Amino acid sequence: MKFVDMHLCVPWDSLELARRLIAKSVELGYSQIGVPLPLNVKDEAVSRLRQVSDELRSDFVTRLDLAPRGPGELLAGLRRFRRSFEVVSVFCGSKAVARQAAKDRRVDLLCFPSFSPWKGFFDRGEAELASVSGASLEVDLARVLSNLEVNSNVGFLSRLRREVTTAKSFSVPVVFSSGASEPLLLRKPHDYAALALLLDVDASRALKALSENPAKIVERNRLKQSPDYVAPGVRLVREAGKR
Amino acid sequence: MTRIVRRRYLALKVDSAEAPDSRAVSDAVWGAVLGLFGEIGASQAGLYMVGSDKEKSYVLLRCSHKALPMVRAAVASITKVGGKPAAVHVLRVSGTLKALRAKTVSTQ
Repeated sequence: MKFVDMHLCVPWDSLELARRLIAKSVELGYSQIGVPLPLNVKDEAVSRLRQVSDELRSDFVTRLDLAPRGPGELLAGLRRFRRSFEVVSVFCGSKAVARQAAKDRRVDLLCFPSFSPWKGFFDRGEAELASVSGASLEVDLARVLSNLEVNSNVGFLSRLRREVTTAKSFSVPVVFSSGASEPLLLRKPHDYAALALLLDVDASRALKALSENPAKIVERNRLKQSPDYVAPGVRLVREAGKR
Repeated sequence: MTRIVRRRYLALKVDSAEAPDSRAVSDAVWGAVLGLFGEIGASQAGLYMVGSDKEKSYVLLRCSHKALPMVRAAVASITKVGGKPAAVHVLRVSGTLKALRAKTVSTQ
């Protein structure tokens, strides 16, 4: 099974820490890592990170984390940057942003804030929209670990469990990612799958959320970004007159 | 007829800046199980520290086979051992201590 860590918070300006994080991730069994990059990132920095990742035999996936203040800002961000990144995640800080992100086909991952433990924006309406557009619900497990540490986990776990159950009932794929910014917050895929027990997710579904679901998103987007892509289900196989 | 209690043995690897003693690891595991599943959960887990190797920083733990998912979740949730930042990874799980020792030695 090929495991994917879709959210590894690699510092793009410190190559040494980036190398340590990627090396740890590979050691723990992840073969593909999604690294969030800032909008103003230089191509050199990305190519350096990609090189480090290649040296460590890990597949590097560029990811954009959008945190818009309103639906208009989200649409503008998607229009401008969607094609430059392999995966786009939207941090839904308000209900309006959450609704717009859930119905937009260009959004891959929906993230929800942890500051309001009881109130979540991923309700049945949101799940229905996401199931049509193909967006996935992302759960950062480092946030679960940090919340357990500060002992304010009851409301947070309850909300996450409710969101994951809602996603399941509307067939919205769930993606578990580490969201780790330091090596000690990383765990093996099977350990994360065990931790998903706290969210009432069985081991097989949890492993799917760590492997198959994120891998499908990357594959789909890489196909879309390839020059042979024409439209959903249509791909250029051979140009007329060429053999 | 007495029913045999089925057990699982886990080899845990502690990842931290300095190698903690086995007592601190045991306390961290107990604390995590108690914190997540309460006293009833902890009493069902049947946790017991079988042995440790401070140099290689791994610890052998025993638990009830029914409580294995619970123990694994608790182990994964540990972020501090002996008050210092740490991560605990499950290296192997086995039904017998002999097999666990053999597998752990072969992977080390």
